Amino acid sequence: MSNVPGDLKYTKSHEWVRSEDDGSITVGITDHAQSALGDLVFVEPPEAGSEVSSGDACAVVESVKAASDVYSPVSGKVAASNDALADSPELVNQDPYGDGWIMRVQANDPAELESLMDAAAYEATLED
Amino acid sequence: MGNRTAIYDAHAEQGARIVDFGGWDMPLHYGSQIEEHHAVRTDAGMFDVSHMTVVDVQGADATAFLHRLIANNVDKLKTPGKALYTCMLNEDGGVIDDLIVYFLSKTEYRMVVNAATREKDLAWLEAQAAGFDLQVSERPDLSMIAVQGPNARDKAAACLAEEDRETALSLEPFVAAPIKDLFVARTGYTGEDGWEIIVPESQAEDLWRAFADAGIRPCGLGARDTLRLEAGMNLYGSDMDESTTPLESGLGWTVAWEPEDRRFTGRDRLEAQRKEGVPRRLVGLLLEDRGVLRSHQKVFVDGIGAGEVTSGTFSPTLGRSIGLARVPAGVGDEVTVDVRGRSLMARVVRPPFVRHGKARV
Repeated sequence: MSNVPGDLKYTKSHEWVRSEDDGSITVGITDHAQSALGDLVFVEPPEAGSEVSSGDACAVVESVKAASDVYSPVSGKVAASNDALADSPELVNQDPYGDGWIMRVQANDPAELESLMDAAAYEATLED
Repeated sequence: MGNRTAIYDAHAEQGARIVDFGGWDMPLHYGSQIEEHHAVRTDAGMFDVSHMTVVDVQGADATAFLHRLIANNVDKLKTPGKALYTCMLNEDGGVIDDLIVYFLSKTEYRMVVNAATREKDLAWLEAQAAGFDLQVSERPDLSMIAVQGPNARDKAAACLAEEDRETALSLEPFVAAPIKDLFVARTGYTGEDGWEIIVPESQAEDLWRAFADAGIRPCGLGARDTLRLEAGMNLYGSDMDESTTPLESGLGWTVAWEPEDRRFTGRDRLEAQRKEGVPRRLVGLLLEDRGVLRSHQKVFVDGIGAGEVTSGTFSPTLGRSIGLARVPAGVGDEVTVDVRGRSLMARVVRPPFVRHGKARV
């Protein structure tokens, strides 16, 4: 079974979101997503300073099997991206909610986070 | 639920992620496709390939039948157990399937054909056999396990009865022998040494578990695909099919032109193509930039035209992307490939990319 931490928010497209103390959010892909993709071989996070829009593709994760887009859960500015993934894409497989984070975003409208799913709702989508 | 091999329960216990493959529920990987890939390149791995179809051809006309049926020539096989890789063609020279045929005697051959093409292959064999004195028998009672890697034969031999080990270990490359209930062939689809072992269904799971206990790592179809592509081996349905001839598929070496009076099915078309010049060829591509080649990506040959990637992947051994592509015959040393909207450079190389654990490009 996939690991779905209770303190995070989720999207239907299998991103997770963590609210940080400084008001930014951290975004990654869920354990379910990394497991379905298999071993990752390339990750292209967005550049720090770039603008991302809610629901738009902002990063690419590519596994041995296939390439997938990562969609931004909110609109805002990329505060940081995980440079370690360039050399170690497997971090996403090994630690999707920790060292495998993809980007940190300063959201334009924090209220956007309200529309995301909680862990129970996300878990329910995995059972369908 | 699809068909399940006799080893299915062991896969489930070993943590396999199961996917549908041509109607069969098969392991994709058991946790990490890349680790499985490296296990085969550096040590020993095994694959359940029981979904593949074993067909025995027996009878007075068996040799004459195969002279007609396949593009390679079974007369090259002089000693019992010797194997031959070949294509089976339609009248237009298109590839119906690729297969391995084992010579047992002039009246007895064993063939292994693909799983996804089983029904059309069996129908074709039956139709082609008309008028020949022989029997074509599918062997659904047999399973197949491939053990591959530099240590695979030693580890697998330790699981055989002591009196059988020497026979098995003395098999030359591309030779098979019956050993008690097993049929052991020194063949494979990975570019490494190893055996493909045909085993009665009732014994398959025990043999698989014994191999696992001997330190042979279970590997799924994912690693099988990256290994075969590194080894420069074609996959039927991706790299060739009924719309392509062997000459357009990097398989000219499997066509036996001599003797000229052996009129195998599809020969007229291949001869015409050879005379006119083959318009397209299958080449290896090594991606220079970051990204991954995938099948159906467009390939541009400067000043000549376009082609298509037929198989592409990330090569775990080389740490970059490789692929096979069908391109206009006049292709040079470099092409560009449309990889998800980006135009990336790829070098044209001659497969294999990797053989016996070593990079060849």
